[in-house]
Amino acid sequence: MNDALPAQSPGVTLETQPFWDATREGRLVLPRCDDCDFVIWYPRRFCPACGSRSVSWFDAAGTGTVYTFTIVTKGGGAYRDAGPYVVAFVELDEGPRLMTNIVETSPESVAVGQRVAVVFAPTDDGTALPRFRPE
Amino acid sequence: MTLRGAASIVGVFEHPLREIPDSTLTEIHADVAIGALADAGLTFADVDAYFCDGEAPGLGPLSMAEYLGLRCRYADSTELGGSSYLAHVGHAAAAIAAGKCDVALITLAGKPRTGGASPGGNRSFLAAPEADFELLWGATVPAQYALAARRHMYEFGTTSAQLAEIKVAASLHAQHNPDAFLRDPVTVEQVLSSPIVADPLHRLDCCVVTDGGGALVVVRPEIARDLGRASAQLLGHGEALKHSDNGRIDVTVTGAARSGPTAFDEAGVTPADVDYVSIYDSFTITVLETIEDLGFCDKGDGGRFVSDGALVSPAGRLPFNTDGGGLCNNHPGNRGGMTKVIEAVRQLRGEAHPAVQVPECEIALAHGTGATLSGRMGSVTLLLGRADA
Repeated sequence: MNDALPAQSPGVTLETQPFWDATREGRLVLPRCDDCDFVIWYPRRFCPACGSRSVSWFDAAGTGTVYTFTIVTKGGGAYRDAGPYVVAFVELDEGPRLMTNIVETSPESVAVGQRVAVVFAPTDDGTALPRFRPE
Repeated sequence: MTLRGAASIVGVFEHPLREIPDSTLTEIHADVAIGALADAGLTFADVDAYFCDGEAPGLGPLSMAEYLGLRCRYADSTELGGSSYLAHVGHAAAAIAAGKCDVALITLAGKPRTGGASPGGNRSFLAAPEADFELLWGATVPAQYALAARRHMYEFGTTSAQLAEIKVAASLHAQHNPDAFLRDPVTVEQVLSSPIVADPLHRLDCCVVTDGGGALVVVRPEIARDLGRASAQLLGHGEALKHSDNGRIDVTVTGAARSGPTAFDEAGVTPADVDYVSIYDSFTITVLETIEDLGFCDKGDGGRFVSDGALVSPAGRLPFNTDGGGLCNNHPGNRGGMTKVIEAVRQLRGEAHPAVQVPECEIALAHGTGATLSGRMGSVTLLLGRADA
């Protein structure tokens, strides 16, 4: 199991504060372009797809599928002693592919295409890291 | 205007050591600069343009030109990770074609083995806009390539044994290189039985971590002709900045899918015309995806393509990385693009080790992949042609 992974506080910027503020309430929010409807990732206050500066945040469903994953034998930094853990890209149902961890399951059971749902790992500053567990 | 024939690489030098505890970074830059200029038959006084990556000490070209004693009228410190030096060759050729300079010196130095720099370099990634959406989940450098390997396996049926063939070919070449960091040939079984670093990649799927450096001298064609030394004429140059594409990353495709066609078009040649390839080999999966994207086989067929000794020189269909590559020989400063160009020039000059020299090598390709398959990468392709003295 890998339920004790480190949860370092993110660097919050003017561009990303709404995302991290929502994690304090256990909500996964995404920025979407008001002009072309593209769901933007990672967060920006403009739309890289069309150049619009009109971007709004909305609540994501918090579900998706595993696009790809790896089991890391030995991490570095805060993850040095984390033991085998899963790093993955999860494709959210809204489109973006997020780097994350798959938790609350044995690493060997994770599969590409698996359905997953978000869980939040609290950090020291009150924000939380979005991770995913089998749905 | 194209860059076909606009410039020639007339001097190359690879630092012979893989651990350099007793030299500073700037001294390594100087060592390789002196070596490449001597190889070309030129001196510091001939240089009027200088190129280095974003990790060169101080203010990059400004500090280094002073340190080396160069009087430059042109400089470039384009930072595309390990592919930077291939970009520098293209940029130098463009500057030469535009009349901005005549003799360009490109240098690289790094000490990740004894100097304490972490893999990935000294640059701070913490201020990068993507940092807080990538760095907090424990994705090590091998993990970032393993993510690509896993998806490639899922989509195309690629196997770990096929990836291992790439390491095997590199090791067969490295046994002939007395400077190589790893000189012992390995088997597929040995690769597969080496420890898993980030599933599905094994330790032997990874490149070496070495101190080192290298340098290139790029000059106007008229100067190349006067030097009386075989050289490598630039035929084509392609660049692509591939990235996560607004959160829709495709980890099975590299920037080579764009830089390759650009370079082939400029050169007026096709993959079938290429006699030798230097392919960036940070990990075995890097090679596999790049070979596909450059058009040496269909997308998804890379595993099958490499599995019958295709990469082994001189008998294989696509002799690659005859110095042993980053997988076995050298990955100086965690930046392997420089040595990719150097070995391609050796092949065109007929100066590779006789055991791995490609007979009648007339057209070589060198490809650099900077940064990572699971985020952003600089991809640069060079096509080079033999120019006899």
